[in-house]
Formats: sequence, structure tokens, C-alpha cells
Amino acid sequence: MSKTYHLTAPLSEEDVVQLKAGDIVYLSGVIYTARDAAHKKLVDLLDAGKELPFDMKGAVIYFVGPTPPKPGDPIGSAGPTTSYRMDSYSPRLISIGQKGMIGKGKRNQDVIDACVKYKAIYFGATGGAGALLARQIKSAEVIAYPELGPEAIRRLEVVDFPLTVVNDSYGADLYKIGREQYEIKD
Amino acid sequence: MREIKYDDIVKTIRDTIIYSGTVLPKDAYKALSDAYENEKSPVSKEVLKQLLDNADIAANETKPLCQDTGLAVFFVKVGEDVKVVGGSLKAAINEGTRQGYEDGYLRASTCHWDTRANLKDEIGYNLPAVIHFDLVEGDVLEIEYAAKGGGSENVSRAMVLAPAKGRKGVIEFVKQVISDAGPNPCPPLTVGVGIGGTFEKAAISSKHALFRTLGSRNEDPTLDSMEQELLTELNKLGIGAMGMGGTETVLGVHIEKNPCHIASLPVSVNVQCHSSRHTVIKL
Repeated sequence: MSKTYHLTAPLSEEDVVQLKAGDIVYLSGVIYTARDAAHKKLVDLLDAGKELPFDMKGAVIYFVGPTPPKPGDPIGSAGPTTSYRMDSYSPRLISIGQKGMIGKGKRNQDVIDACVKYKAIYFGATGGAGALLARQIKSAEVIAYPELGPEAIRRLEVVDFPLTVVNDSYGADLYKIGREQYEIKD
Repeated sequence: MREIKYDDIVKTIRDTIIYSGTVLPKDAYKALSDAYENEKSPVSKEVLKQLLDNADIAANETKPLCQDTGLAVFFVKVGEDVKVVGGSLKAAINEGTRQGYEDGYLRASTCHWDTRANLKDEIGYNLPAVIHFDLVEGDVLEIEYAAKGGGSENVSRAMVLAPAKGRKGVIEFVKQVISDAGPNPCPPLTVGVGIGGTFEKAAISSKHALFRTLGSRNEDPTLDSMEQELLTELNKLGIGAMGMGGTETVLGVHIEKNPCHIASLPVSVNVQCHSSRHTVIKL
């Protein structure tokens, strides 16, 4: 049975291990945005032995490229982007302390394995619900790579950001479980 | 010869782009509402609720429905007796696109294919628009517009089947494409299918099929029956809203056909996410 949790980011290992695929989480606290190009830059920094622009310990990264904010708004529309494009980078970041990812769509086995090995979570947010999700973002500040535009790394403060656990730290995958439950085979 | 002013086209395109980015069309809203009523999975039902709320918030606050405000795609029917004065039709559409994306605070998503650079130069304003011109008789100027996001476009596929594969082969191909796509293209989906023509004709037809009003029936009885069969079959896949598992995966299947070469059976599937932003303009 699906449970509902209210958690605060950064996340601890205790936060992560209680969650199961299909659970609902309302997340508050500080999260960071990064998409394809920003992930590549983060991994390049690690390869060069340099410091990252934010602390990866317990970090939750939101895969998003928001629209430009209207005057007076902290951020424009901000729904998740498709996550598989981050698959080649996520295991590396998880291995150094990242605890959560927010996106939409399938992850590969390497990411699922990394979630089990290092105790991390992949959350699904509702794709396309950019206006609704933006309401839960109270502040946004570009902290790295402003030249990337919508793909720059931003520090976000969120309140009750609505998420569903897709891949938990036990290897379960809601995309498989949910589909099997409703698939009709002739 | 009917004259249409360049500036009038620019303004119409600009306004259309801002409106389409923020207001979900009535047919798409109704299809989502119906899916919400019919959905059996509580998780998918909650997602559909969020999508309806999102459409209300976006319209009320004039905010983009989705952060992926797409590439601008146009199907333009231009009459032989139409003359655009003050500039070219193509330039007017591109300039209207530039203004719409900038003035509407929409995301500029066009980048260089290799460097992926998204600079605030010519292409950084979401240019060039993707424009398909069709020259017709008379003095009509009809422009169909859609904002096409990357997530759903990425799972679209084209294939040239052996003619022996026939109707069954086409249905199997469409099922495979949607099954493989799973949660990635932001279901519930509209599925555009182009059959026949050449390789590129099938692909263009599959995109054009997405413009038809959701819930409308195909005028061709053979295609109508294929659409109904595909709708049933695709919803049996169990993918559900955002792939969380459920009964409502596809809102509509729209097929367009073309005559094809005796040796070929081209088929293309163009996938449209739930944020089905499309508008028809008659100037």
C-alpha cells in the first residue's frame, strides 16, 4: 500500500530507506537543478579533482530547464525533463553522496543499481505540470553555469513539492510494477 | 489577388504562440477530463488531477503549461492568389515566432546540434521555425500551429515495412513504438500515424495527423476502424498517466494515409504528450 511522507532536503539515509516505489512524498527544503550539459560539467570537475559548485552530500537534483521567470516570479514553469539523458552521469554523483533525483521517465540498470548500493531514490514528478510545480518553488538562484541558460544550476527552495517514488533503494521500479498491474494480455 | 500585410501575420503568429503556450485547447482539456473520470489506478488518477489543475493555473496566471515550450511547427496552406506585402510569408512566420517566445517568457530550446550551445542569437529565440508549406488554389491563408516538445518527439519513429506486412504490420509497429516509449513521452498521449507516401511523406503526415481535433472520427471508415482498434490495444498496455500504471494511456489515435510505391509500405508514428498545444489560424 502506498504511503505518504513529508521530507526535507538534503535527505539522510534514514529518509531514503523508508521509501518504497509508489509512495507519495511532499518534499521541502533545498534542491538543485541540473540537466544534461550541467551534469557533464559536474562530472568533468570530478575528473579534474576540483570542487563542485554545491555540496553533494544528501543532495537532491531536479532535472529541469525552466522557462524564463515573469517579472516578480522566482522561476518560470518548471516541470521535470526526461531523465534517461542523465543516466550516464547519475551513478557517479550518487557514489559521492547524492541521495535524490527528480525527473520523469525510465532510468537504466546502472542508476537503479547505484540507488541500491549507495541508498538513493529516483522520484517522478508530473511531466508537463510546469505551472503547478512552479508554485511550490519559493526561491531560485543561479549558482553555476549561467551561460547554459535554462540548463544553468540553480539552488531552489521548495515547499511540499509533490513527488512519487519510482525507483527505491531496494531495486523496485514503479514503471514496471504499475504497468504489470494494469496490462491486459489477450 | 488578395493582399495580406507582413505586420499582421507577425502579430497574429506572436499572439498565437503566447496563447497556445499557456491555454490548453478545449479538445485536449476535455480528453484529459474524460481520462480522469475513467482512470482505474489511484496513482495515475492523481497525476491526471495535477494535469487538469496545471492547465487551470497556467491559463489563469498566463504561465506556460510546460517548461518545454517546444519548437514552433507550422503547416501553412497558402493560396496562389495571396500576396504578402511588406515582407515574405516565411520571414513573417519566423519573426512572429521570435516575438512570441520572447514576449511570452517561453523557453528558447533551439540549439546547435553538435555543440548544443543555446545562445541568445538567431537560433536562441527558437528559430528557425519548422514550416511546411502547401500551395493551394484560391486566396486562402490558413496556418496550423503546434508547440512540439522534445520528450514526446524523441520517441517518435518511422519505418518502411514490406507491403506483405499490411494492416497488421502497421498496427504491430504502432504498438511497439508506444510500448517502448513507456513513461518517457508524458502520457496520456495523442498518437499520430502516417501511412504510405515516401519515407518523409509518412513522417510529415504523422505529424499533421496530431492537429486533428481530439475526439473526432476519421472520415475514412477503414482508417476509423484502425484508429478505434489501436486506441483499445494501446490502452491495454497498462502504461497509464506518466507511466505510473493505469488504464488511460492514449487519448486518441489519428491516422493519415497517402498512396505509396508498389514496393513500399512506409509508416510513421509521431507521439504527442498530454500538453497537446495546437491552434488553427485563418487570415
